[in-house]
Amino acid sequence: MLEMKYASRRMPVLSDRGAMAVAAATSAIMIRPLAPEARFSLRLHEEVLEQVKEAAGFSLHLPVNRSASSGDRVSLRLGPNEWLLIAPESDADEIAAQIGSALAGHFHALVDVGHRNVAIEVAGRSAADVLNSGCPLDLAAGAFPTGYATRTLMGKAEIVLMRLDDAPRYRVECWRSFAAYVHAFLMDSAREFEAV
Amino acid sequence: MAQDHRLSKGGRIDRTKPITLHFNGEALPGYHGDTLASALLANGIHFVARSFKYHRPRGIMSHGSEEPSALIQIDRGNGRADPNNRASVVEAFHGLAATSQNHWPSLDFDVGEVNDLLSPLFVAGFYYKTFMWPRTFWSRVYEPRIRAAAGLGVAPDIPDPDRYQNRHAHCEVLVVGSGPAGLAAALAASESGKRVMIVDEQAELGGSLLHDITSQIDGQPAQSWRDEAIAALDARENVIVLPRTTAIGYYNHNHIVLAERVTDHVAAPSPNLPRERMWQVRAAQVVLATGAHERPLVFADNDRPGIMLAESIRAFVNRYGVAPGRRIVFATNGASAYAAAADAHAAGLSVMVVDIRAAAECGPEVVELRALGCQVLTGHTIIGVEGRKRVTGVVAAPVDPHGHVGPRRVLACDCMGMSGGWTPAVHLFSQSRGKLRFETALDAFVPGVSVQAESSAGACKGSYDLADCLREGWSAGEMAAGGAGERNFTATQSLTGFKPVRLLPTDADPNKVKAFVDFQNDVTAKDIKLAVREGFESVEHVKRYTTTGMATDQGKTSNMSTLGIVASVLDRPISAVGTTTFRLPYTPTTFGAFVGPNNGALFDPIRTTPIHDWALAHGAVFEDVGLWKRALYFPKSGEDMRAAVARECKAVRDSVGMFDASTLGKIEIVGPDSAEFMNRLYTNAWRTLEPGKCRYGLMLKEDGHIMDDGVVARLAPDRFHVTTTTGGAARVLAHMEDYLQTEWPDLKVFLTSITEQYAVIALQGPKARDVIEPLVTEVDLAPASFPHMAIRTGFICGVPCRLFRVSFTGELGYEINVPADYGQAVWEAIFERGQAFGITPYGTEAMHVLRAEKGFIIVGQETDGTVTPDDLGLSGLIGKTKPDFVGKRSLSRPDLVSSGRKQLVGLVSDDPNEVLEEGGQIVTDPHQAIPMRMIGHVTSSYWSANCGRSIALALVAGGRSRLGHRLFVTTPTGFTSVKVCEPVFIDPQGERIHA
Repeated sequence: MLEMKYASRRMPVLSDRGAMAVAAATSAIMIRPLAPEARFSLRLHEEVLEQVKEAAGFSLHLPVNRSASSGDRVSLRLGPNEWLLIAPESDADEIAAQIGSALAGHFHALVDVGHRNVAIEVAGRSAADVLNSGCPLDLAAGAFPTGYATRTLMGKAEIVLMRLDDAPRYRVECWRSFAAYVHAFLMDSAREFEAV
Repeated sequence: MAQDHRLSKGGRIDRTKPITLHFNGEALPGYHGDTLASALLANGIHFVARSFKYHRPRGIMSHGSEEPSALIQIDRGNGRADPNNRASVVEAFHGLAATSQNHWPSLDFDVGEVNDLLSPLFVAGFYYKTFMWPRTFWSRVYEPRIRAAAGLGVAPDIPDPDRYQNRHAHCEVLVVGSGPAGLAAALAASESGKRVMIVDEQAELGGSLLHDITSQIDGQPAQSWRDEAIAALDARENVIVLPRTTAIGYYNHNHIVLAERVTDHVAAPSPNLPRERMWQVRAAQVVLATGAHERPLVFADNDRPGIMLAESIRAFVNRYGVAPGRRIVFATNGASAYAAAADAHAAGLSVMVVDIRAAAECGPEVVELRALGCQVLTGHTIIGVEGRKRVTGVVAAPVDPHGHVGPRRVLACDCMGMSGGWTPAVHLFSQSRGKLRFETALDAFVPGVSVQAESSAGACKGSYDLADCLREGWSAGEMAAGGAGERNFTATQSLTGFKPVRLLPTDADPNKVKAFVDFQNDVTAKDIKLAVREGFESVEHVKRYTTTGMATDQGKTSNMSTLGIVASVLDRPISAVGTTTFRLPYTPTTFGAFVGPNNGALFDPIRTTPIHDWALAHGAVFEDVGLWKRALYFPKSGEDMRAAVARECKAVRDSVGMFDASTLGKIEIVGPDSAEFMNRLYTNAWRTLEPGKCRYGLMLKEDGHIMDDGVVARLAPDRFHVTTTTGGAARVLAHMEDYLQTEWPDLKVFLTSITEQYAVIALQGPKARDVIEPLVTEVDLAPASFPHMAIRTGFICGVPCRLFRVSFTGELGYEINVPADYGQAVWEAIFERGQAFGITPYGTEAMHVLRAEKGFIIVGQETDGTVTPDDLGLSGLIGKTKPDFVGKRSLSRPDLVSSGRKQLVGLVSDDPNEVLEEGGQIVTDPHQAIPMRMIGHVTSSYWSANCGRSIALALVAGGRSRLGHRLFVTTPTGFTSVKVCEPVFIDPQGERIHA
């Protein structure tokens, strides 16, 4: 009865855009759509945070606009009461259950946004310059070091920007329908670094 | 004549790299490092343009961005035509093609020059005086003709193929200008290790040092000091050096906008490079080192080709190795022109100086120049010049201390240098809202009180001595970087100081000569005087009446002359006259730089649904809904829109159709107070809604008018799945957050947008259940257990889904929510399974028709921000027993309960084939006198294949009491007759929905 052949056909946006290394030879810039992952939006108030500093392996007790990783589970504190949780896709069900029990009895909201968001990795020596073509934040190492994460803009689209390491590598998250725009915007900005 | 005015040595041009450029089709040789102006001058060409109003011959007046006269069209081909370039800042490259503007048939012979003879007609304010009558002629005759005649240059008629980029940057210290003050500031600031940016509009850093070949700084030639300074800055990793970059605007919070010209100077740039880049810099501190502009002198025919600013002659000689003339007369009221004269003399040119100052008012510069063997006339005025397309002589005369003008004499020349003193470039300081102060000793406005974190150094604050500039720059840079260090420089003393002069004394009738103040807008001294005589005393009024200072150079060379003349006619000090506003951009900036990458595919985000690619592959015609692309209809081959929509509508009622509803706004509301939160935001009751059930919700603004609507499902006691209109998604979430955060922070509720988490497939029609039955698991689809307005979670095609049984068509229907990445696969599975039932994909137009057949409203179509629930017959959705909800109090306002409000009705035209115009106005009597009393308008109107006729919805005053009445609706040609009916055209009992 069940048309199971379709069940596995997940069609992520940007899946037709492979890892596009611009000027990879000079390691100036690399832009790469990332594979699907599990994502949740977790909301809870600070009085709950004081009691539950960690859930399902996600560290929650972070300064605002910081991220923390433990293993392959990453939490981004985007506001006083808002976290974006990212983990391998296969962990989604387990995470929902674990957080449910960790926060049982505490007022919180856990909403699956795994398909809402899309991630693009931007890396290389010129990564900050490419991002700054559409993002007004100061991305210098001193101002936005590894581990920082925030909601900001890329051109006319809202994104979440996270600095992954000192290379530097950045993660850009946006809503699914904005992904083509954000990706094209980044590629357009990266073009000039090919010429260098 | 090939470069016959190129000096045999000297200059910063690269004589090993000859280039050829083209001016008006003529090939001219030049060198790498030339500007268009220096290359033209090297070839003996001064006459390069025709003026704006009088079409007078104009030459190259300056070597910088203040150039008012030498406006040139540059064409790089393929739509890269760019008018009004200043020849003095266009870098020459091999193959550069430039043409002069504003003439016909040729630069040399121009019919428009007749304007110069007719100039008595074109006095100040002539537009306002001359083109008054007859009134209708303004738009039909005068304005088009004036526009055709007055345009400068030719705009390209094909799209600009160049790319433009935007860049945000942050630094601790931004230095604007790289003359001695700017370089010293950047050196001092960057020693701290803080991030420093230094920008300059020119191709090379150095400012005035680039044409100063005699001064010494700290014991070495000034240009060597400059080279070392730039090498030091380049070597510091914390310094960003941007040449060819103009700081065009100074905004709040030290937000400075820079326009960088990346490729204009390159003959064949890489297509990957942007032509220009707009930088938006946030600087903790700004050092302005923007220098000063030399003033022209105001005398008759001071605009003739060959007449230049004195310092510009110095720049052309020293920096470009060009002799602007072999025999040069300098006219000056100050000392700096003597440096230019001395350098020209050193280059082997014949030089003489006419100084307006009496001998006793002059400094040692006179004696020094005379010692070189040059003639200097002190106490002389300039009456005018000889020569029309090129100056051939200067008419000078002595002036006694009482202002009496003595006998004229003609000084033969082929070039004239004029210097009327200096004006600090305070534009950016003024844009920063800093307050200017008039400094009488300097005869100039200088920076007064700062408003933002900036400081000025050097000539832009009236310090003209080289050592002063260096010292001030260093100090400003130190302070900007948080230090307090001082440093003294030893430098050759500069020739500074001038005697303010407005109009040069003359023995001619001042009403019969043209002494230009604003060269670009052709404003003369007598125009300014006339404006003041006619009562325009405010300098801002004089500016607008005469247009002085309103050209693209914004009066960089004319401002002080204008103020001086206004002040002298009014007999007031300049400080009492004030100055006009310095507007951004500092220099003309391309539209491309402002647009940046936001063009073509990147103009706006184009949002597409997870099912978009399938729709595209199946021939959908799309419409724009906000930023979304939505399938409007799916034509089969040969079908027009009407036929396709009719087929789609029939299919839904006869069998089954499928529709991509993914763009609907979706918000997940979670928390123990969710039902209470819903209760307060929506008009109807939510506490009683059981989990697993849906309800249609109506949301009002505080004024009681409908804001949004949508179906809401209760997933669990503490979890709701809210849907909104497509266009309202962001607005509704913001509205909810606003109330939650500011009015009811005590409610335990969190809101999360899930619009994009789910693809939504609406499956509608009597066969809908048959189609999905084999695909759905863990949900009992039987009507008894899964009735209309219920929600179940389960699986479809193995994918988790939130399955709504809802209908926006009046048929049995489902809205299938699946995680977005599975949307297309599930859609394809349903489409394949539905083939047996003739499943038909339908678009937004059929969706609109189907809901109109049932009288379902669309927010934004049946509502316009002034419509209440009762107006639409939805008063049943008002929770009468609820203590409060947003908009409740407003619903009892007298205006909202008065009779005669417009109410939703149906309309059927007498001719069933006539589809009314949406927006058509409705009257009771088409024969009444104009203006007619309009009682409403058509909100929705369609051909309904299911009804076999046209249908319409309308808002009509007192509509529900007019059922059965005849009304009249406007058409493009007149009126048509309609009958009022209930706003439901199919299945009025609503039975089909429960199938």
